[in-house]
Amino acid sequence: MSETRTAPAEGTVRRIAVVSAGLSQPSSTRMLADRLADATVRRLEGQGIRVQVETIELRDHARDITNNMLAGFPSPALGGVLETVIGADGLIAVSPIFAASYSGLFKSFFDIVDPESLEEMPVLIGATGGTPRHSLALDYALRPLFTYLRADVIPTGVYAASADWGSVGDTASNNSLASLPERIERASIRFARAVAASDRSSRVQDPFALDPSFNPTGGFTAT
Amino acid sequence: MTVQFGVFTIGDVTTDPTTGRAPSEYERIKSMVAIALKAEEVGLDVFATGEHHNPPFVPSSPTTMLGYIAAQTKNLLLSTSTTLITTNDPVKISEDFAMLQHLADGRVDIMLGRGNTGPVYPWFGQDIRQGIPLAVENYALLHKLWHEDVVDWSGQFRTPLQGFTSTPRPLDGVAPFVWHGSIRSPEIAEQAAFYGDGFFANNIFWPKEHYMRLIGLYRQRFEHYGHGSADQAIVGLGGQVFMRPKSQDAVNEFRPYFDNAPVYGHGPSLEEFTAQTPLTVGSPQEVIDRYASMRDSFGNYQRQLFLMDHAGLPLKVVLEQLDILGGEVVPALRREFAKDRPAQVPDGPTHAARVAARDAALSSDAANPVVQDNPAETALDGAK
Repeated sequence: MSETRTAPAEGTVRRIAVVSAGLSQPSSTRMLADRLADATVRRLEGQGIRVQVETIELRDHARDITNNMLAGFPSPALGGVLETVIGADGLIAVSPIFAASYSGLFKSFFDIVDPESLEEMPVLIGATGGTPRHSLALDYALRPLFTYLRADVIPTGVYAASADWGSVGDTASNNSLASLPERIERASIRFARAVAASDRSSRVQDPFALDPSFNPTGGFTAT
Repeated sequence: MTVQFGVFTIGDVTTDPTTGRAPSEYERIKSMVAIALKAEEVGLDVFATGEHHNPPFVPSSPTTMLGYIAAQTKNLLLSTSTTLITTNDPVKISEDFAMLQHLADGRVDIMLGRGNTGPVYPWFGQDIRQGIPLAVENYALLHKLWHEDVVDWSGQFRTPLQGFTSTPRPLDGVAPFVWHGSIRSPEIAEQAAFYGDGFFANNIFWPKEHYMRLIGLYRQRFEHYGHGSADQAIVGLGGQVFMRPKSQDAVNEFRPYFDNAPVYGHGPSLEEFTAQTPLTVGSPQEVIDRYASMRDSFGNYQRQLFLMDHAGLPLKVVLEQLDILGGEVVPALRREFAKDRPAQVPDGPTHAARVAARDAALSSDAANPVVQDNPAETALDGAK
């Protein structure tokens, strides 16, 4: 597929936040997250766009996430993480699949993100699991979550089963099965395009901004 | 009273985690009264009660309780924290608080809030998604009922009124002072600023940076609407303390209450929470130092309320805390807050001072009549 694209302005920078909800260290979830980020960065840099990637291991913030759910506000460290995610031009979100869905830690994190703060965020979803049987969790669990948040979820998500890390795929057969690296590359095409077009990181987000239609008397005359 | 100091209570019935015993509703209600009387005895200025309509909370009927306390006190200012402007009928708020104002010889003001208990809205026939519009419209009506003798009204949320007079009229023709309480909504800061009312930032559960922004917004908009300079806006703050002569004793005694407290228990540690919120657990001097620094963050302010009696703390301990608060902490804070306080910064609002200000304004208006801008037009300009 080819298309005419305007060359990015000199010195264009895009920020990508990577959220990995893997629990073990090292984790295959983090490995998939890193591969998705690398593929996206290569693609953007190929277009002359500088990319800043900030990777967040939710495990490092597990206690703060729980505390935020109970106390209602983030610790300073978690507050910084939330700002990184909300202020990015694109988000790569990767979770292990536990009990047929994203992990509890992954959901808890997105529960504390302001529900309106990810609107129009380009999101690339990824998931990992022991067997390929759970790959649809990408589309019945992760995708609806980000759809609810009115994020722009890239149609192609990437699922990596344990076996994928040692497989070359099977493009010769009738049921063409791409290898994990091929699927990562494929997903990065559209995600990189969406990130390149995103101006979220340059927008000023003011949580104290009033809706322009707000009237302190509700239109009733005060005396 | 440069700065008014007092206590505000949620009125929760909570099991004491150190004994496993919960007070009965009767005991808790009487405890709240005892706390109010103690507040007056130790020289505090304000007692404010919450309003709730679900267990484990007892104060569903604030003016009943405040009227009972008014009869047993001489100087204590009686207030709320908060009165639900969303689910109460503004007509009944107008009547109840005007009645209380007469009975208490003017020692009454009111803090309005939206309430955050979802089912209370449908229980009272309202919709929580309309929280802000309810707060805006209901207050517009309440304001009208207190400032106009005969009211014609129609709005979205209650039955229209034609030729209605809310009785009794406010004492001396001056309505109870109104605080608008908010934890997070810029709309409420805007509303308080528009009317030139007070803004109470209940900051006890959240970090100060958030409230510096919210109070800054209120002050700026107060000035915008022409009520005075930003530093003349009327600001109230919450606080939460537990004290013993030795800091470590306070920490050891309070920790089980903190760890099991409703709202934040089983979450952040006591140390994290005291670092991130105004909760201060330690010696009286530590409390004095922490709260004396509040105006560095929020500017000179008018009212400081402390939450002293939640999480199952026994009445005896709460009364001891009030002895320390009134005996050591508040006198020191009064001295601190009086230092370098600019002359134009107003004192905490009282009925007597407001009546005097009204009379002064009337006599100067009579001498120099001026044409007032239409405040509704100003509001629309401000919302742009």
